[in-house]
Amino acid sequence: MANEEKIKQGLEGHFSDLKDAVIVKRERRLFLDVPLEKFNKVFDYLVRTEGFSRLPAITGLDETATFGVIYHLAKEDGTMLSLRTHLDHSNPVIKTVTSYFPAAEIYERELVDLLGIQVDGLAPGHHYPLPDNWPPDGGHPLRKDWKGTGESSNKGGDSHE
Amino acid sequence: MNKGHEYGDVKIPIGPQHPALKEPESFLITLRGEKITSISIKIGYNHRGIEKACEERSYIQDMYLVERVCGICSHAHSTCFAQAVEEIAGLSVPRRALYIRTLVGELERIHSHLLWLGVAGHEVGFDTLLMYTWRDREVVMDILAKLTGNRVNYGLNTIGGVRRDINAGQVKEVLKAVDILEERTKYYIQVAQEEKTLITRLSGVGVLSHEDAVRLGTVGPTARASGVDRDVRKYDPYAAYGEIPVQTFTNTRNDVYGRTLVRVLELLESCRIIRLVLKNLPEGPVLVKAPRKIPAGEAVSRYEAPRGEDLHYVRANGTEKPERVKFRAPTLANLQSVSKMLEDRYLADLPIVIAAIDPCFSCTDRMIGLKDDRRKKKLITWEELRLSGIAWYKKQGIDFKGLNKKFASLLS
Repeated sequence: MANEEKIKQGLEGHFSDLKDAVIVKRERRLFLDVPLEKFNKVFDYLVRTEGFSRLPAITGLDETATFGVIYHLAKEDGTMLSLRTHLDHSNPVIKTVTSYFPAAEIYERELVDLLGIQVDGLAPGHHYPLPDNWPPDGGHPLRKDWKGTGESSNKGGDSHE
Repeated sequence: MNKGHEYGDVKIPIGPQHPALKEPESFLITLRGEKITSISIKIGYNHRGIEKACEERSYIQDMYLVERVCGICSHAHSTCFAQAVEEIAGLSVPRRALYIRTLVGELERIHSHLLWLGVAGHEVGFDTLLMYTWRDREVVMDILAKLTGNRVNYGLNTIGGVRRDINAGQVKEVLKAVDILEERTKYYIQVAQEEKTLITRLSGVGVLSHEDAVRLGTVGPTARASGVDRDVRKYDPYAAYGEIPVQTFTNTRNDVYGRTLVRVLELLESCRIIRLVLKNLPEGPVLVKAPRKIPAGEAVSRYEAPRGEDLHYVRANGTEKPERVKFRAPTLANLQSVSKMLEDRYLADLPIVIAAIDPCFSCTDRMIGLKDDRRKKKLITWEELRLSGIAWYKKQGIDFKGLNKKFASLLS
């Protein structure tokens, strides 16, 4: 796992306070938690210096006290680093990464619709994946306290009326 | 008739009920003359809340739910999910199970690529190709049904391995079917390489440059036809791919014709992989017992689905149900590429360009039937439906009012 160790050492060399923060889970899989104020710098370093040239996905998590946002960065050689940061639950705001990865737009819309995270700098556009007529008080489905917009929200099969 | 004036911009809504595909998605096209000047894509019509539903069900129930993310690459999704859970639980899946997963994965690729080839033929008016490929696709569908019990949504995977072993008789049947499929594939390769109308119709259509494919994170055969050699089976091997090397096919044609060549060659490669899998099929069990409760942890799993890289993220919290499940299907990764391909291109190319990424919006949207008190048991009349349709289009910036008059004045 020389490759993974090299990435870890590079990060630790560049950011002294990231010592022991980088976790090598297995071959080609690294995880790293950073505080929000560090996030932009670490993200920039990983993309521009370390060569993580792809962002295949962004995952949003409702961690009850905070929101977690995971940027699954990838290299062409198959190495993936999941960079996670945490947002304040009462005021979750994060900057867009579309200047690095234009295709991240749709992933960021998911954060907005499904978790109610505000993405600064994201161009206005359609809802995704919720419908455009989603009621303003409909809530954000992937929040843990979301229990549906009315009756039987997860029974399905409501289209034959 | 032609007064020599400049063309104005015309907005055309295509979808949500789409002429090219059997799935709902909406493209709002702005045209100048016959050329597309801008395109706005709206998807999400198939959003079924699967990610949320997974959080409320056990891992085993989720296996069946995840399989239904997509009806075509169902094995891709279930394998990808199982791999993530197995990694968190620290399960060592028996080699025989990994080989069987690979076998079914490649059979699924053949059925998906043949289906695509037929759709592509249909979109360009080459319906003979549709009839031929879909007839031959029955061979692989029958084999899948014989191995797993189902033509789609195979129910083969479970956490810790596979639910069905295969016997010597089945191996023979698969090999026989692969012989037929390979012979037919060779014919399709010949068609793709020699059929002039097909080559002419597809060349230079839906161009995606190498630079754009890299920049936009394009995946699957779409990326490979723009010279980007991305294939999860190669760079992040899973199942038996660590032991069975895969040959990928790329070209630098950057167009729909290139994507066709990549897919027909991949059909042949899948036949080769299947033979290798069956030749080297290890003996032993096909399943290890998995705990009901999965220890806390997280994993990212990837899988090369027929349309490209599929990614699942699973987070476990030590209970029987996952804390979070996230899917990113290949079509979502390729959406921006489609906009790029259509910019400044002809309207008539739109159906085949969209079809050429082999889109699967069901996969992409995966996730809510909106049903609240305000909408309960409401019946609407045809007239109300018509009026609500007109109002909907108006909101998109399209007003049908007086359209006939406008046409009449243009023609006079």
